[in-house]
Amino acid sequence: MGREKGRSVSAYLIRRILTSLIVVLGVSIFVFLLLHLIYPSPAQDILGPKATQAAVNSWNKQHGYDRPWLLQYLSYMNRLIHGDLGYSYKANQSVVALFQERVARSAYLSGISLVLAVLIAIPLGIYQAVKRNSIGDNVVTSFAFITYAMPVFFLALILIQVFALSFPIFSFEASQSLSIWHVMTDWHSMTLPIATLTLISVAGFSRYMRSTSIDTLAQDYIKAARAKGLPERLVLTRHLLRNACLPMVTLIGLSIPFLLSGNLITESVFNYPGLGLLFLQSLNNVDYNALLAYTLAGAILTVTGNFVADIALTVADPRIRLA
Amino acid sequence: MANIAPSLTPLDITRAPEGGEVGPVQSGLRLALREFAQNKLAVIGIGILLFYVLFCFVGPLVYHGNTSNSDLLHTNLPPQAGYPLGTTDQGFDELGLLMKGGQAALQVGFAAAFIGIFIGMLWGAIAGLAGGIVDSAMMRVVDVFLSVPFLFIVLIVAVRYGASVLGLSLIIGAFTWLVPARLVRGEVLTLRTRDFVAAARTAGSGRSRLIGRHLIPNAFGVIIVNVTFNVADAILAVAALGFLGFGLHYPTQDWGDMLSNGVQVMSNGYWWLVYPVGASIVLVVMACNLIGDALRDSLDVRLRRR
Repeated sequence: MGREKGRSVSAYLIRRILTSLIVVLGVSIFVFLLLHLIYPSPAQDILGPKATQAAVNSWNKQHGYDRPWLLQYLSYMNRLIHGDLGYSYKANQSVVALFQERVARSAYLSGISLVLAVLIAIPLGIYQAVKRNSIGDNVVTSFAFITYAMPVFFLALILIQVFALSFPIFSFEASQSLSIWHVMTDWHSMTLPIATLTLISVAGFSRYMRSTSIDTLAQDYIKAARAKGLPERLVLTRHLLRNACLPMVTLIGLSIPFLLSGNLITESVFNYPGLGLLFLQSLNNVDYNALLAYTLAGAILTVTGNFVADIALTVADPRIRLA
Repeated sequence: MANIAPSLTPLDITRAPEGGEVGPVQSGLRLALREFAQNKLAVIGIGILLFYVLFCFVGPLVYHGNTSNSDLLHTNLPPQAGYPLGTTDQGFDELGLLMKGGQAALQVGFAAAFIGIFIGMLWGAIAGLAGGIVDSAMMRVVDVFLSVPFLFIVLIVAVRYGASVLGLSLIIGAFTWLVPARLVRGEVLTLRTRDFVAAARTAGSGRSRLIGRHLIPNAFGVIIVNVTFNVADAILAVAALGFLGFGLHYPTQDWGDMLSNGVQVMSNGYWWLVYPVGASIVLVVMACNLIGDALRDSLDVRLRRR
């Protein structure tokens, strides 16, 4: 029995890995083709508006932009596998180098916001479920509803107004330091960007956590735990918390695209030199290779997030292991 | 109770409609409407949305603010007589701009939502009805689209083609059909095994007739609920694009545009250039979410009471 179970888990794993790979492949074709259709060649942007057609043609031929898109795609993928994301003609350095400068900063901002959001939303949702329809619950629900409808940048502007202008506790610009260590210890300038991204995520997470907690509280095992005289604190931590957190795993996995979008806007408002700001600059400069690489990276991160969430859920919850 | 709500799987199979044609929704719809009207938040949502539609489309007929000629003698004025919401750094009237910006936001929001729902509806219905390898291929396409972060891809396309209301609606619609497609497919998967579909097939209905006359009308509950959420998402997306500077081009403006130099404006203390616009976005999006939640609840109630 045990071995059979193990086998079907690994079969599930293999199937899941395969579908993820297919999706990643599809994403790379889709993104490449889309960018190719919109910006067939960076030649004109690099050579300048006065470049003759002949010069553009010869540049295209020299850099392989005259080939059919499928060939271009295959050679791009070939280089990608070897760790070469192309050259950013605007920044005059390789895209890999450009990313290396910035990736830690974006990862820090998004990572810490996600962790904080989860740490706040879980107890908040449980509190709301336990004290359902109380004043506290209604206040939190209204607050979450408003935040949920709020554009990230407007929330950021309100935080700036209150905590940087009216009461100048924090800075309205994020840390510009090149050292990630400085960024991490610079609470004066990092609190507001982190708070913005955290609050936006908390709104969605806590609403979801509240409803799964309410569902879980109605289960028989909670009644059984209460009936056998288990203190309420233990009912909540042992039985409710663990079970109600399971669906959150999926939600966190699915929230990565929203987190990346939020990260983009937050970096723009607070002028934080991470990957999101780089993406916006690349859009303005028509920096083809940087756009392609970051969009692909975002998509792969999303697929990975879903995959990890699925696997984590399978490991954590034996009931759905073989579904 | 003679008519069973057609958009939902019946709990009681013996009373499911068996004819090829599904009659007009009567008691179910009335029940849902009554439930919807009893939901105070939903009525508030409808009220807010109606107010903004009137404000943005009828308002400019009544109130003529200067929104097109720079007036350098009256820049950055706080709210006062003649300028109820103050003026911008160009001397434009903020209230007038708020109306104009709202037009663009609402137009794009609704148009994009309908485009997205339309594509998603067809895609989901076709995939669900076809089943097998066609279904899995079509759903993998949905997976692929969903894996690319929405804002990234919309920004990339909008840089070249997003200068107009129509362009923006098409772009946002083209990337928001995925969730509706999944939901409609799910509905169709349960609907297609029902007797009335088999009867329609027996009567000689082709695929397109099955989809257009039987499956989509019966999945309408899910679709309607989704329209409202899609409107909310589209309005937020337009605002984000405008804020980042990749939205509509001058002279068309939207609410996001108006906030694009918000940080600078705020440090100068020009609060009237930030809060009315921001609050408008929040209110409209919240109204759509409230209506969507209420619609979903009332459809659930219809199921429960039956």
